[in-house]
Amino acid sequence: MSRREKTWWWIAGVVILLYCLFPIAWIISLSFKGPADIANQQFLPTELTGENYSTILTGNASDLFLPALRNSFGICLIATFISCILSMFAAYAIARLDFPGKKLILSAALGVAIFPVISIVTPLFNLWRQIGLYDTWLGLIIPYLSLTLPISIWTMSAFFREIPWEMEQAAQVDGATTWQAFRKVIVPLAAPGVFTTAIIAFFIAWNDFAYGISLTSTSAARPVPAALGLFSGASQFVDPTGNIAAAAVIVTIPVVVLVLIFQRRIVAGLTNGAVKG
Amino acid sequence: MTQTTLPPTKKTEPVSSPRGGISDRSRAERKLGWMLAGPAFAVMLLVTAYPIVQAVYYSLFNYRLTDPENREFIGLGNYGVILSDPLWWQAVWVTVLITIVTVVVELILGFGLALVMSKALASLRPILRAAILIPYAVITVVSAFSWQFAFNITTGFVNSWLSWLPGIGSDTDWFGDRWTSLLVICLAEIWKTTPFISLLLLAGLAQVPDVLQEAAQVDGATWWQRMWKVTIPNMKAAIMVALLFRTLDAFRIFDSIFVMTAGANGTESVSFLAYRQTISRVEIGLGSAVSVLLFLAVVFIAFGFIKGFKIDLAQARGEK
Repeated sequence: MSRREKTWWWIAGVVILLYCLFPIAWIISLSFKGPADIANQQFLPTELTGENYSTILTGNASDLFLPALRNSFGICLIATFISCILSMFAAYAIARLDFPGKKLILSAALGVAIFPVISIVTPLFNLWRQIGLYDTWLGLIIPYLSLTLPISIWTMSAFFREIPWEMEQAAQVDGATTWQAFRKVIVPLAAPGVFTTAIIAFFIAWNDFAYGISLTSTSAARPVPAALGLFSGASQFVDPTGNIAAAAVIVTIPVVVLVLIFQRRIVAGLTNGAVKG
Repeated sequence: MTQTTLPPTKKTEPVSSPRGGISDRSRAERKLGWMLAGPAFAVMLLVTAYPIVQAVYYSLFNYRLTDPENREFIGLGNYGVILSDPLWWQAVWVTVLITIVTVVVELILGFGLALVMSKALASLRPILRAAILIPYAVITVVSAFSWQFAFNITTGFVNSWLSWLPGIGSDTDWFGDRWTSLLVICLAEIWKTTPFISLLLLAGLAQVPDVLQEAAQVDGATWWQRMWKVTIPNMKAAIMVALLFRTLDAFRIFDSIFVMTAGANGTESVSFLAYRQTISRVEIGLGSAVSVLLFLAVVFIAFGFIKGFKIDLAQARGEK
């Protein structure tokens, strides 16, 4: 590659970096602006302040933000866990066993994946009120399964298909017990796929907004995106912009950390699930 | 030029299938298969099929949550009300417009991103990959807020940055007008979802055989010709899958509109209309009917794509 060409690729790379990070940089900058700077119409604050963070973490708005953060973590982790367990069995069956209905299950997963969330919000809203699931963790965990299960089944069965399952038998021939063969051979091979699927499922649950605002009414179950969307500030006299920005930065931290650590796997999982399924 | 696609990747065949000729065995396998996959299948059906059936049922009633006594069966009355209401058609039009604009721009932009990623210097690639995942992983609501605040008349910096453009000054209210609101909504959507498309396209690019590229180059094809005659035909499956998923996703747009305009100035999408009828106005009957129509629209688009463009998902996954 010539020197000139190299320079062009560098420039293209830097443009992509700017593109990807600019809105994030802006919301971070905004979160460090004090009340005087919020409306300064500049990208950067004239003075850095941690005020917004202290308001939402320990101050007036903390009773809005902290329970939402707890709800989000709790609900998303439980939903991710359940859908990973369920799809692990399903993906194993799809990848390894020969049975009619395999195609039906994959198509059903696809159908559920393209399902418009709002369409089931209305009936769930009504049903949940009748049976007492409205504004509870369980009332969100159940619909979250409809978001996370399809992609988990697709992604995981794509991973499981690539596992050399013969190795299990090979280990047994070499004298390992069934359990040992499973534990020592299959689990290490399958774990990365399960793990990657869990990350992607978590992202999807973490991103939910429609269920969050429709099926909750108090801080008992309202997750962060919904709380953010409906956030009106610590008091009605203070512009909530800075507080929202700070809260947005905090909920972005976990996903950025996951992305930075597991980027290679996430890319493999996303493309496997959709293109290779 | 013939369109030659990569031979599909050889999948590990189910180990037990060669021995599965005996009917007892295959029956046992069938049973085990359903035992393992059944729970996931049942849960998926329960959380989607059941509510949609429920929605169809509610949509036949005049039913307001605050007034349950007067619930009455009105047949297809709700559908008549909706389909003759300009509000519905405006929401459909906004949704279709956003879908077309964002998907077309994302496809072009995503293809460019994928090309750069595939050619990028090895030292730059991990950084780019991490960066490109960030818009994908960021919560839609956060992205919507970021763009909203950037263009907002009091908190935004965009007006002062773009003040050299004619017609833009410190008093330009992007969210005061329908078209500029839609523009910002589209920008936010494009930013957030282009990376996903570009990753799918990147996977497709990787499937284009180098041999073909080299052969075309030897034959004297220009870069442009190679792109249109070799690269794109060879990654058609990946393009179609990306297009299908993104179109369906864009058509369901809700979060960004809720955060950025709350449907003001004629920026309401179909999803937002359904939400507003049900949750804000507790018109369960009317809201259900909008939900059912939205569902039918999505099914219609999906079938249109699969039949019209002959997308074979199995082929795209390299199974045939």
